[in-house]
Amino acid sequence: MSDNPTHEMLQKEVNENDVVLFMKGSPVFPQCGFSAAVVQVLGELNIKYKGIDVLEDPSLRQGIKDFSNWPTIPQLYIKGEFIGGCDIIREMYESGELKTLIKEKEIPEATS
Amino acid sequence: MSVAALIEKKLAAALEPVRLEIVDESHLHAGHAHAPEGGESHFHVTVAAAAFEGQTQVARQRKVYEILADELAGPVHALSLSTMTPDEAERAS
Repeated sequence: MSDNPTHEMLQKEVNENDVVLFMKGSPVFPQCGFSAAVVQVLGELNIKYKGIDVLEDPSLRQGIKDFSNWPTIPQLYIKGEFIGGCDIIREMYESGELKTLIKEKEIPEATS
Repeated sequence: MSVAALIEKKLAAALEPVRLEIVDESHLHAGHAHAPEGGESHFHVTVAAAAFEGQTQVARQRKVYEILADELAGPVHALSLSTMTPDEAERAS
């Protein structure tokens, strides 16, 4: 895996940022309803995260699917761990599980 | 065979589900980027199977994606999933 520059870059992103959302569009202008739904959840939780627009780079769009072994976008990482796609995030938010997780992982609040 | 019928057939064969529902939600996305005309591109699948017992949601959904890899690489643009065990399905209904 170390000779794959896209994977290396992705690994670096998820290592260096507590919460990373791979999405279509940006947190301000999501380009897809599923990405928008996760942006909304992260907004409700009021946590700091990095949004990465996979539409900006075709190698990234395919690369993240291979990296996570997950064929759809959006994808959420917390502390380097793949948490899930839109359905899982929504479900975890509704059950309160996501809130517990971000508390356990000591994720900082968003600064407005 | 329609895409929905193909999804149903593949999941039924691979998972032997106790509950399987496939809803074509393509009309909700008509006109947005990449949405092909004629629908059959966006689906919501609810599947309850004993095969999911003891597995995380990530593992369950990976399994479904794996079974439908050809469809996801082709006509299916989005696949929204509810994956549960027979017990969970019982409690949810």
